[in-house]
Amino acid sequence: MQIDDMENAGTPQPIITARAAGLVACPNCGRVHRHPAPARCARCGLALDPGPDKSLQRVLAWLVAGMIVYVPANIYPMLITNTFGHSSESTILEGVVELLQHGSYGVALIVFVASIIIPVIKFAAIGFLALSVRRQSILPPPARHKLYEIVEFIGRWSMIDVFVVAILAALVQLDFAATINPGIAAISFALSVAFTMLSAQSFDPKAIWAERDAAAS
Amino acid sequence: MTETDPMLPTEQGKPDPNDSAIEDLVACPTCDALYRLPNIPIGSRARCLRCHTVLTAPREGAMTRIAMLAGTSAILMIAAVFFPFLELTAAGMVQRSSVLDVVLVFADGPFVGLAVAVAALIVVLPLARFLSLIYVLAPMGLGWRPAPYAIAVFRMAERIRPWSMAEIFIVGVAVALIKVAGLASLSLGPAFWAFVALVLITAVKDNFMCRLTIWKTLEHRSQ
Repeated sequence: MQIDDMENAGTPQPIITARAAGLVACPNCGRVHRHPAPARCARCGLALDPGPDKSLQRVLAWLVAGMIVYVPANIYPMLITNTFGHSSESTILEGVVELLQHGSYGVALIVFVASIIIPVIKFAAIGFLALSVRRQSILPPPARHKLYEIVEFIGRWSMIDVFVVAILAALVQLDFAATINPGIAAISFALSVAFTMLSAQSFDPKAIWAERDAAAS
Repeated sequence: MTETDPMLPTEQGKPDPNDSAIEDLVACPTCDALYRLPNIPIGSRARCLRCHTVLTAPREGAMTRIAMLAGTSAILMIAAVFFPFLELTAAGMVQRSSVLDVVLVFADGPFVGLAVAVAALIVVLPLARFLSLIYVLAPMGLGWRPAPYAIAVFRMAERIRPWSMAEIFIVGVAVALIKVAGLASLSLGPAFWAFVALVLITAVKDNFMCRLTIWKTLEHRSQ
């Protein structure tokens, strides 16, 4: 146990997991149960342990779904702008380029990171984490755990562009002068973010440590 | 912050799972490491040794405070939905938009799904979370028995957490402001500031929240 202020950080203390101790722990509230464990946690009522294989299948299924809908999100227009009878469409990437041409480098960077960098890194990171559960990994568990935390934290922020489109479409409805409407990519992008969030949530971080735990016991 | 060692090791230096005090044992929700955590003094914070997940961080009067902050957020959310949050002027025309307009603009046509999703992420889910926290924690703060289904409601509130995206919406507003800057002149309305206040209060509230304490209190008072 470590109390903040890091006084005794790094002191090697033997760590025993609930599983190694023959107990079943609730991943939601931390309550431990003796074998045979009830179907639902005695404290918070969460259904206990769908089994590591099932959770891994779920991770991969959501991940693949997220990657598939990410393709149309980049090909089709995100925004359809009409100004004085002249219509123009822009994809996510074109939106970023437009911002650059306006000289809004900071905002261009935010949109680029949220809509392109974060999703791509997320796909790679979740895929890597899910696959490294089964085999010897180049990254040690603490590093992989950090990666998992980052992916969980950062994933929601990809939604920025969807909100921008929604706000612009609501705001810019000035009849002939200017109207902005969402394109089909807004839907597929929102789905892609939701699917990858579900994928990350299905991942059981215990699996990162399981291999080390198995070696220790 | 007080300094204590809550881990009271048994003779082997490890928590003994066969001990009768199974209630004092806590498994790290993230990595399954087992700890003996009897009573953590208020104001301190215990983290898992290997994955550094915060296990518990009890605060004085936290439940009452969280319930009150959730109430404040809920009121601000109502203001944020109905007041205009952006005002746009272009070619002599003025358009005021509230969050409700953002949602309703898609309500007919092929983008209904998007409208529902946006409404859920920025209004419905955050509001549902505030209300369920009040429902669960107000009786706890007053020392009463938990409300009916409090356990299920709190579990739902926890599940909603990553899906309530009010703070992301604010960044979206900022980006939108700059995107139409060339097209029209924009100014921020009162609802925008209500949203900002709501996000800050939510951040403070989540900082007070010690899940383990809440779960334990719910479990004890339910019996």
